[in-house]
Amino acid sequence: MADALTGDGPVALGWRQYRLERRMFWRNPSAAFFNFLLPLLFLGGGGAILAGNQHELNRLIPAIAAMSVMSTTFTALAYNVVFLRERGVLKRIRGTPLPTGSYFGGVAANAVTNTALQIAIVVLAGKLIFGIGWPRDWAELIVFVLVGVVCLTALGVAFAHAIPNFESTAAYVNAVFLPVVFISFYVFDSAGAPGFLRQIAEALPLKPLIDGLYGAIVTGSGLGDHLDALAVIALWGVFGLFFAVRGFSWEQSRT
Amino acid sequence: MSEATPAIEVHALSKRYGDFEAVRGIDISVRRGEVFGLLGPNGAGKTTTVEILEGYRARSGGEVSVLGQDPEKRSRALRRRIGIVLQSGGIYGHITPREALRHWAGFYPKPRDVEEVLALAGLQEKADVRSRRLSGGQLRRLDFALALVGDPELIFLDEPTTGFDPEARRSAWETVRKLRDLGKTILLTTHYLDEAQELADRVAIVKDGRILAIGPPRELGVGASHYRIAYRDRDGRFVERQTDDPTALLAELTAAALARGEKLEELSVGRPTLEDVYLELTADADAAPAAAKRAAVGEAGDG
Repeated sequence: MADALTGDGPVALGWRQYRLERRMFWRNPSAAFFNFLLPLLFLGGGGAILAGNQHELNRLIPAIAAMSVMSTTFTALAYNVVFLRERGVLKRIRGTPLPTGSYFGGVAANAVTNTALQIAIVVLAGKLIFGIGWPRDWAELIVFVLVGVVCLTALGVAFAHAIPNFESTAAYVNAVFLPVVFISFYVFDSAGAPGFLRQIAEALPLKPLIDGLYGAIVTGSGLGDHLDALAVIALWGVFGLFFAVRGFSWEQSRT
Repeated sequence: MSEATPAIEVHALSKRYGDFEAVRGIDISVRRGEVFGLLGPNGAGKTTTVEILEGYRARSGGEVSVLGQDPEKRSRALRRRIGIVLQSGGIYGHITPREALRHWAGFYPKPRDVEEVLALAGLQEKADVRSRRLSGGQLRRLDFALALVGDPELIFLDEPTTGFDPEARRSAWETVRKLRDLGKTILLTTHYLDEAQELADRVAIVKDGRILAIGPPRELGVGASHYRIAYRDRDGRFVERQTDDPTALLAELTAAALARGEKLEELSVGRPTLEDVYLELTADADAAPAAAKRAAVGEAGDG
């Protein structure tokens, strides 16, 4: 196996790209903050406000976990792809012998690593600080995180196609990220949410992801109970993958 | 490294974007070890042509061979043998030149030594500085270094010094000369006449997607335009005359001056420069085709 990681084979080059992406990630304080610290601040803040209310804490942890998946994949990929595209890094890489699969393998693995770290932190915090114990259903946790990662990574890349320049990336991303998070959190938390809001939230990928993670971490109701949620996320994933590949541009948008 | 086959061969290349024809039938043949310049104003089709050769764009018509391969197929084998300096190619803001070169070196089967490339590009002192803290000239040197680290046979330079101050241009030219001395084949685009004249063994002058003239810069200058004879007359006015026959005009002027017992102050004779050719060829007048014909005389049999 070690041999596959040296030389200039596709796997070795993907591994090298992954290590470069990791190094660049930690060197960029704002990326590290938005992709990493923000959900943890929500966790800390929410946890402090809801301290003592175990019912609410039980709902907070899976919601933050799902939000972490979205910020480490959708938000991070949309930012990165637009930045690298507009700066001309993608075009430069396209002119080298680096295989496309190795490049995107490294980029995606970087996002998955961030997701895994975040989920680990949230789960640990749930156990050690917020008293909700270990996840009840590890298999369901892994399945939902994996499907969520694939779906939201693809959607992030696809969404990058719609963003015309780097300066407007924050506006575009937040115009999607914040409403989706608010609607999904609200509908998940409040039984009295208006019907039309509930329908919107159920049709978006984040609320089903929260449901799945809630089942996995808190109730242990099992994967079979959330197949419809899984199907919604998977459909968004197919949609995202199609548009991520179809409209992909290696070059700066012409102005 | 067979000397027989050209590094680049282009025949009747065309490229259209919708109704717009960016390239309208270009023929060029670049020999191994040659520095070939595509010279022309912005929008002439230079970058489109180069990006077709680099494998970034599909052509609409014609035949293209780069190191014996069709670049449109984007084979990894071909990309291992070429180096590309884009008109505007960026790099991660938080990477240092040394790290970037090490990473890029890993893409190629037989890369050059990273330290050697840093030295060649003049980046030793900035090797460990993050790229976001480098100046425009230093970033351009990093572009050269990244294009070079895979030890390519053929290097594309698209407008390598646009936006540079004179000193940075000189230093970039020095790098290009070093690459030529290493035996690399170089295809360069520029809209600077002096750059083409300084660097290129042969130049193709491009406008509106067509080649107006092709040949060594010196020959293009001789074939197409006029010598300039300049002096200050007795009233101190500066006079400039153009001629195809400087010997006769000089004899006439000096004879007349001597007969009047005067001197021709600040007398100078200027060889026609590429600029003269370029202005003549790119003028939208009817004179252009005639000039192109004259310029092409020295280059019969090319392509």
